[in-house]
Amino acid sequence: MNPLLEKTWSDPPGVSGFFSAIDHKTIGLRYLVTAFGFFVAAGLLAALMRMQLSRPENTLVGPDLYNQLFTMHGTTMMFLFAVPVMQGMAIYLLPLMLGSRSVAFPRMTAFSYWIYLFGGLMLYVAFFLNIGPDAGWFSYVPLAGPEYSPGKRVDFWAQTITFSELSGLLAAVTVIATVLKLRAPGMTLARMPLFVWAMLVTAFMILFAMPAVMLASTALILDRLVGTHFYNPAEGGDAVLWQHLFWFFGHPEVYFIFIPGLAFMSTIIPTFSRRPMFGYPAMVLALIATAFLAFGLWVHHMFAAHLPELGKSFFTAASMLIAIPTAIQIFCWIATMWKGRLWLATPMLFSLAFFFVLVAGGLTGIMVASVPLDFQLHDTYFVVAHLHYVLIGGAVFPLFGAWYYWWPKFTGRMLSERLGKWQFWLFFIGFEVAFYPMHHLGLQGMPRRVYTYPADLGWDGLNMLSSLGAVVIASSMLLFVANCMLSLRRAAPCPENPWGAGTLEWATASPPRAYNFDAIPIVRARDPLWEASREPPSEPDHVVGLAEKVREALVTTAVEAMPDHRATFPNPSVWPFISAVAVTVLFVGSIFTPWAVVWASLPVAIAVTLWFWPRHKETVEHLAIEKRP
Amino acid sequence: MLDAAGPQAARVLDLWWLTLAICLLVFFGVLLFCGLALWRAPKTQGPAAPDLASLSMAERGPRAAVAVAVAASTGLLFVLIIASFVADRALANMGPPDLKIELTGHRWWWEARYDASDPSKTFATANELHIPVGRTVLLELKADDVIHSFWVPNLAGKKDLIPGRTATLSLRADRAGTYRGQCAEFCGVQHAKMALLVTAMPQDEYDKWAAAQRESAPEPADKQQARGLELFVNGTCAMCHAIQGTPAHGRRAPDLTHLASRRTLAAGTLPNTRGHLAGWILDPQGIKPGVNMPANPMPPEDLDALLAYLEALK
Repeated sequence: MNPLLEKTWSDPPGVSGFFSAIDHKTIGLRYLVTAFGFFVAAGLLAALMRMQLSRPENTLVGPDLYNQLFTMHGTTMMFLFAVPVMQGMAIYLLPLMLGSRSVAFPRMTAFSYWIYLFGGLMLYVAFFLNIGPDAGWFSYVPLAGPEYSPGKRVDFWAQTITFSELSGLLAAVTVIATVLKLRAPGMTLARMPLFVWAMLVTAFMILFAMPAVMLASTALILDRLVGTHFYNPAEGGDAVLWQHLFWFFGHPEVYFIFIPGLAFMSTIIPTFSRRPMFGYPAMVLALIATAFLAFGLWVHHMFAAHLPELGKSFFTAASMLIAIPTAIQIFCWIATMWKGRLWLATPMLFSLAFFFVLVAGGLTGIMVASVPLDFQLHDTYFVVAHLHYVLIGGAVFPLFGAWYYWWPKFTGRMLSERLGKWQFWLFFIGFEVAFYPMHHLGLQGMPRRVYTYPADLGWDGLNMLSSLGAVVIASSMLLFVANCMLSLRRAAPCPENPWGAGTLEWATASPPRAYNFDAIPIVRARDPLWEASREPPSEPDHVVGLAEKVREALVTTAVEAMPDHRATFPNPSVWPFISAVAVTVLFVGSIFTPWAVVWASLPVAIAVTLWFWPRHKETVEHLAIEKRP
Repeated sequence: MLDAAGPQAARVLDLWWLTLAICLLVFFGVLLFCGLALWRAPKTQGPAAPDLASLSMAERGPRAAVAVAVAASTGLLFVLIIASFVADRALANMGPPDLKIELTGHRWWWEARYDASDPSKTFATANELHIPVGRTVLLELKADDVIHSFWVPNLAGKKDLIPGRTATLSLRADRAGTYRGQCAEFCGVQHAKMALLVTAMPQDEYDKWAAAQRESAPEPADKQQARGLELFVNGTCAMCHAIQGTPAHGRRAPDLTHLASRRTLAAGTLPNTRGHLAGWILDPQGIKPGVNMPANPMPPEDLDALLAYLEALK
């Protein structure tokens, strides 16, 4: 441990230190814990829905509340859980995997976290005040427009989107800059871990997809609050325009949940097969191909919306072809396991579930990609089953695997393997019991988003079964929380690299010091910790000469990761927090009056100015360490 | 969807079985190889030293296996794309229609207008379609307020009803029977209770049914029914509902000219019986919360009269 570095890079203590924190590990953990909180909240909403649907003509939940429940469930899972939890993983792990002391824009990362938190809290406060949105997480107009959704409910939904866009875009910018400029010397693009590749691809997708929903939701807010007619067919607007804009974002969004899932898989499988990943170049190209194709299939959400036939055929082909890059990755993982020595620890179990669940979900995805089949399957419980297979199989199972895998890194302790295996089997069985019957319900004609159904259609048995599955899932979640609590209170400290993994995050203490690495390593291989023993280096294996008294980091070139220059990083500051509060006042105020945009921009401008105001003491310090080469 | 009663649904069902077969093949293929890998690879308990042989030696076998697997999946996908395209073209070519029906989606009921182009033959009904067996029917789909989606799984796939646009859907029933359909696009608080029934009947029965529907409502047969009509026309009912042959011409709610001939009330929510009709008139919000129809409290003798009149609207 280096006390001087520790002092330089630590967040200040105390309450004001709590609000000034900019350490990427602190922010990353806050993201993860907050996202898990929203995951539990949305899960409870889903449990309520399953209770309502367990019997036909049930009166536990009325239609008004039910519509809020599924809207809140979808909005929370997509915007407040799935995307932020992946960004939290990236913010925590990327600098450690890249051999860096920080993310690229630490204050902005703190700001993006506060914006995310405040947006989520606003949505839940509205829900508990009975002004929760009720037009679906997709908010189709005209239903979500001013005429058919009077009141403030949909405005809160649209503003939640604004918060998520802002925080998601800022986090994406941080990820891109960190990956491209803060890699340890020698970590060329061709040596980057697949995890990093996947997070980079995801961040670029966010950058290109988010503006579409930003445009869409801004036009919706204008229609609702100012009286424009973007979506009003009676005044020359167009109801289908919303669907195009929303799905142009909405389909890539599925992939910025799914690709980080692939990132976890490609990290866990080589470690527990005790060998490097098979087919690295194919894996990287497959990730990039997925990202490109993901922008070419939004119309498959709208096949029933009366569009030209030829155009739809194009989207069928694109939707089916996106299966190929995923197939390539699946085959490469199987080859890796085939040629490896397997260690079936809990993270590996969760990853293996991917092959069962995601593959099934991907194949039902191929079914709904076909226009004629989609005419029948669209907006039925078949699609509910499909999307949960894809998102839970492709993202949540690998996410739990990742949680078990990196928990020792986060805390310095292990989670119980025994409880972990119990949790895995309960979750897996509960998932299948809850979601498999929905395929059959959809084939029997049960539409989505219905708060009840008649008794004489034969849908009651399968619905009851599905609700029982939800109970099993809930018990597995309880077990998960218990496992984390027990580990924090009871487990003994574990070795620094308990899984014997090959990537750089395991080359430092667990949990890592504030400064991450005593010295920035020099990278010569894809799995530096495995391959270090192969050829003892003749050159030095770490960087020297970085200042220890101020926050100095080494910036490298984007492709070859050659040392480029030294950059001084900002110190902790409370202004990102205050700026986030000011922006929140602006966003929430604008739900009630357009004038909030004018008046509340004043505190925003002041807070942001003070955020960037140079401090004399710091400038002197920075000048003092400038040396001529 | 699995019980096709017309050529549209049958086409989709054929494609479904083909797709299901190919997908099951792929699913079990992937699981088989995954399972084999799990079974044959040596096991370890703990962080054994990594095997770095693959870094210095090309892995020919696995590379060939992955290439073959990718080629096979691409081939199967192309089969599916072509099959889907062929089925889609067939669905779009149903030939000229024998009957045109204009179907409008409202929150939360269906308005059907038969032969709208010919004023002498046109008539309106609600929440029920009757079609002749073996004839191609062209539905012109419109929406009055928000987006709805027409879906009768036994007959055809769904089609959205979008405000400001007119969509069309051709379908044909080859088997007589009654098929249930339901709105498939979330349309607000009572999306769940927006069903309709499509009854396919032989041509001669259909002609008889259509002729009866074209008639105006029968005159009240007795004093009680006459009182019922008076209540309907002078009360709140006529502000939204129409009964042809009377002064009631409201268009915001279902046309009730032949209410008693229908099988359900409130868009498939209740069976059409005297008791349910009474409950619905008195307290629609209790049955379908959020529906646009207000509660209509009235003395028992007025209710009896109103019911007697409505029950006579065969």
